[in-house]
Amino acid sequence: MRKLLAALITAALLAACATDPTKEQEGAAVEDRTAQQLPTVPPVKPADPGAAVKPLGTTQVGGDPLTDPRNILSKRSVYFDFDSYAVKDEYKPVVAAHAKYLTQDRQAQMRIEGNTDERGSREYNLALGQRRADAVKQLLQLLGASPTQIETVSFGEEKPKASGSNEAAWTENRRADMKYKNRGE
Amino acid sequence: MKDTLTHRLFRTLLIGAALALSGAAHAALTIEIIGAGANQIPIAIVPFRAEEGLPQQITSVVAADLTRSGLFRMVDPGGIVPVPHQPEQLNYPQWQARGAEAVVIGTVAAQPGGRYEVRFRVMDVVKQTQLAGFAFSVASAQLRLTAHRIADIVYEKLTGDVGVFSTRITYVVKRGEFYELQVADADGYNPQTVLASNEPIISPSWAPDGQRIAYVSFERKKPVVYVQSLTTGGRKAVANHWGSNSAPSWSPDGRRLAVTLTKDGGSHIYLINADGSGEPVRLTSGSAINTEPNFSPDGQLLLFTSDRGGSPQIYGMSINGADARRLTFDGTYNVSPRFSPDGKNFTFIQRSGNHFSIAVQDLATRQVQLLTQGGIDESPSYAPNGRLILYATVISGRGILAAVSSDGRVKQRLTEYTGDVREPAWGPLIK
Repeated sequence: MRKLLAALITAALLAACATDPTKEQEGAAVEDRTAQQLPTVPPVKPADPGAAVKPLGTTQVGGDPLTDPRNILSKRSVYFDFDSYAVKDEYKPVVAAHAKYLTQDRQAQMRIEGNTDERGSREYNLALGQRRADAVKQLLQLLGASPTQIETVSFGEEKPKASGSNEAAWTENRRADMKYKNRGE
Repeated sequence: MKDTLTHRLFRTLLIGAALALSGAAHAALTIEIIGAGANQIPIAIVPFRAEEGLPQQITSVVAADLTRSGLFRMVDPGGIVPVPHQPEQLNYPQWQARGAEAVVIGTVAAQPGGRYEVRFRVMDVVKQTQLAGFAFSVASAQLRLTAHRIADIVYEKLTGDVGVFSTRITYVVKRGEFYELQVADADGYNPQTVLASNEPIISPSWAPDGQRIAYVSFERKKPVVYVQSLTTGGRKAVANHWGSNSAPSWSPDGRRLAVTLTKDGGSHIYLINADGSGEPVRLTSGSAINTEPNFSPDGQLLLFTSDRGGSPQIYGMSINGADARRLTFDGTYNVSPRFSPDGKNFTFIQRSGNHFSIAVQDLATRQVQLLTQGGIDESPSYAPNGRLILYATVISGRGILAAVSSDGRVKQRLTEYTGDVREPAWGPLIK
């Protein structure tokens, strides 16, 4: 019974994690094997034990869903193939979660920053980064976000997250980042 | 040949080291020359009378300019006594014996008020006649520019082309996370920082008057197009719309800019007024990327880069946006088009595997010539006489500037020893 309850709570929390940004997440007591029963969902990592003894402030338990590392909303990056601006399937859940957040809070303003690797024309890369940011914006809009909530900009190859002239750095830098403009970011 | 190259490299390094030690701020770029023109004109530059007293030598700068072009071979003027400074002092058979086809002679005289009178003549050794002769009255701060002007005149008289030694270049230096937009003489001397920023600066573009530069700065956390006056230092954001603003290119009359904006979705080319007034006029449509516009010298056409055909290629269109047609067909990545000053060719970057090369295409015949190969080259920019193309490249992981003659025979490297140099643009002729 207790295990079943734990499983149900876990399932509910995982659903909340994936789709409901406004609810806090508690997952400290979850056993690993309950996560294994839900093979399509990534396992929930145990919370920091120190969190349990922290006094509760005005913020929700687990903190801001946008920055809580256990919340999918804390994930902000979509990665792209070389010279491509197609959003790959593996990044669609992240984009969907942010679409929901934007839909539920119409005051939220997002800026999407497109980036490219260092190869080729700086201006063309600026446009390519823009296409990447726009591709994420289009998906967000498709899922209910308003176009007025989202500004897209491009840094092209100018602000590489990873330095170096190798495939690892290039892969990291072919990226669009979703940032909230009026949420202290 | 290899020994010579090594020697040159070594000498270049020594020059760089000496400058670094002396802390000289006026020579940040050091030049190394590779290759030579098909027909080098042998010329003797005789030190001018009283030149040794000047704060800035003249004939050494003239000789360096002409040598750098790859079109001249310096004939040693040493050992001829008396040293000629006037035409009547020239013993032509002596110079013929040394193989010189031309001799440059001159004098310098101090004038009141700290000025100098610089007189020079270019003499044809074979015909024993004067090709050109001028006198300049200049302040000491203008002596180096005067030397470049003399080199321009010599170059023009002997090659028939306009000299570009007295022009300027602009480029971006990156040191760590610090960016500087600099303007320097065409030989890399006298670099002046016109903008310093903690955010990237790209795509500087000279106004045809040589007094203003348009560029893209990320200082507002996104790309915004500015126009800055080099005379007053005043600057204005001329394109700061929703989204990205970039890729400025001046119209030949200096009144408009073609830019890339994303304010209406997608990267599209617009015309704006160079003072930022009025509303942008959109020239491209559709869902593809359109960027890197470049005006033809007659102001009637724009080259640009678009991926509307599935890969980035170069297109041309009229300045009202009509009649767009694809111009490049070789390869899957052709970008960064720039018209030659005569409007007959354009230079661009062609990708081949992991290499990016400088190419030139003839607009009429569509014939393509690769001028560089095997490097990572970007941002080609014609010299105003069309004889050289300045570009950015990478040597040992560091960004440097280089130039290649439009026939591909002569290459120069301009190395800055304290940072990454990129995004060069060659300024117009000074009228």
